[in-house]
Amino acid sequence: MISARSVVRGALWVLFGLFFCFPLYAMADFSTRNLLAGGRTGQAWANLVTDEALYQAILVSLSLAVLTVVAMLILLVPTMIWVRLRAPWAKGAVEFLCLLPLTIPALVIVVGLRNVYLWVTYLLGESALTLTFVYVVVVLPFSYRAIDAALSSIDLQTLAEAARSLGAGWATTITRVVVPNIWSGVLSAAFISIAVVLGEFTIASLSGYETLQVQIVLIGKSDGPTSVAASLATLLFGFALLLILSLLTRGRRQQTGVTL
Amino acid sequence: MTGVAVELTELTRLYGPTRALDGLTLHMQPGELVALLGPSGCGKTTALRILAGLDEATSGTVSVDGVDVSTMPANKRDMGMVFQAYSLFPHLTVLDNVAFGLKMRGKAKGDRLSRAAEMLELVGLGALGGRYAKELSGGQQQRVALARALAIQPRVLLLDEPLSALDAKVRTQLRDEIRRVQLEVGTTTLFVTHDQEEALAVADRVGVMNKGRLEQLAAPAELYAHPATPFVADFVGLNNKVPAQVSGGRAALLGLTVPALSGSVDGAGLAMVRPESVTVAADPTGSAKVTSVSFLGAISRVIVTAADGSVVTAQMASSAARVFSPGDAVTVGVDAEGVLVSPA
Repeated sequence: MISARSVVRGALWVLFGLFFCFPLYAMADFSTRNLLAGGRTGQAWANLVTDEALYQAILVSLSLAVLTVVAMLILLVPTMIWVRLRAPWAKGAVEFLCLLPLTIPALVIVVGLRNVYLWVTYLLGESALTLTFVYVVVVLPFSYRAIDAALSSIDLQTLAEAARSLGAGWATTITRVVVPNIWSGVLSAAFISIAVVLGEFTIASLSGYETLQVQIVLIGKSDGPTSVAASLATLLFGFALLLILSLLTRGRRQQTGVTL
Repeated sequence: MTGVAVELTELTRLYGPTRALDGLTLHMQPGELVALLGPSGCGKTTALRILAGLDEATSGTVSVDGVDVSTMPANKRDMGMVFQAYSLFPHLTVLDNVAFGLKMRGKAKGDRLSRAAEMLELVGLGALGGRYAKELSGGQQQRVALARALAIQPRVLLLDEPLSALDAKVRTQLRDEIRRVQLEVGTTTLFVTHDQEEALAVADRVGVMNKGRLEQLAAPAELYAHPATPFVADFVGLNNKVPAQVSGGRAALLGLTVPALSGSVDGAGLAMVRPESVTVAADPTGSAKVTSVSFLGAISRVIVTAADGSVVTAQMASSAARVFSPGDAVTVGVDAEGVLVSPA
């Protein structure tokens, strides 16, 4: 016999699914519609790789995502470990600095960084990849929280001291002992950063660089289905990342007992 | 013995205005197990961490086998350490944990795995190499930590209250096992603990620390029988403080006269008398009265109020204590080679 509780739960799941899936379905429907001749076409999806400007924008955004993640991890992980082990008095200041970008509007960041970027473009050229520097700052609040939660779940000092007493240098201690035990936090930080970079429009647009989001808006003015296909592809990519994150961290938690 | 000599000389460690170590000097013989005993905050763990290279002394030197290692980083000191907190790497199996130090030393995989298996056999956990830390009990984790520390054949073994997180039964078993393994491998060992029974049971010599200083360093029996200071006497064993009068090297207390140990003050003072040195005899004409009797299993404690009002605790076999009840008239004696008398 089906209880009233089960019915309510089922109804909530259906509502929840519709709320999230219907826009995706609508996007998929629109992006495969042949607006001129009627019927279905995969042209908009094919354009993701055949449209040179869009393809380049995808490459730029993916490259930015990878560079941002790498730079963020290199900057943040050793810093946070060091602060916890050697300079706990600085934890509040580091946390404040990392969370600060959340409170500053993107427009203000762009205006504020204009002078800095004059030097960046002078030294490194006009490449859109120079956005990496500002994106590292933008993803700091999300990455900090993910890594901080992971570090809080382990006895960092004891693990680090045990590794040191067994002959490991600092680099080995971080890479072979600490990072494997905060792996779920590192993955969370990485994937959230990718999602933020792939979704960032304001800074790239105001700075005059053509990233995927900027290109989607540009294409949307002349080719709606391709613009929507690109948006849906980005969303699905983000979902896939989160799914992978969930599977990987679940496997890791089962193995080590680390909880986040 | 394959151990090396360790010398901590005039170590001082300041944390702001707090003096965690205050001129600690400790020389350990090769292969010796020295226990540092003291209350929380006395500086014993600080001394161990400075020896390990995990903390830096404000002044003083640390030398191992005659070489000054004061400025050498922890990972170069070649010392195995077992921590108070469980310190196994959660992402590695037991076998890989034990082999970790050997990997850091560039040993070939076959060599390090066979050595790790050998160490696990030594601590009686040869069958658990494939497990993860979370699948082990606390006692097993500390055994693995001991195997991991010994696998690298350290010059010095450091044990930082390794038993304090364990329950009483496991603590006793592992304590004996640590001593057995230490004697077998002959590594010079520093064992830090706040448990006097633990220190007396495992160590060749026990150092009692107080306020960053070493109050006394002696063999367990010597330390117990002849405490050098009132603090040592008080910390190592439950002590009675009985009013006494010292004159000519003899102390008069409870109507008796016993030798006064060196360090005793002349004149009026308080004699430190261990409960097991106090004798109680049923005597209807006695001037002391039994206040209470506490049964503790094999032994019992009998608390007696003497004629002068001083309260004395006697410890005896429960079979002997059975004859006493609160209110009984008794006579109290002291059966000791000597007592330490401190100023009142």
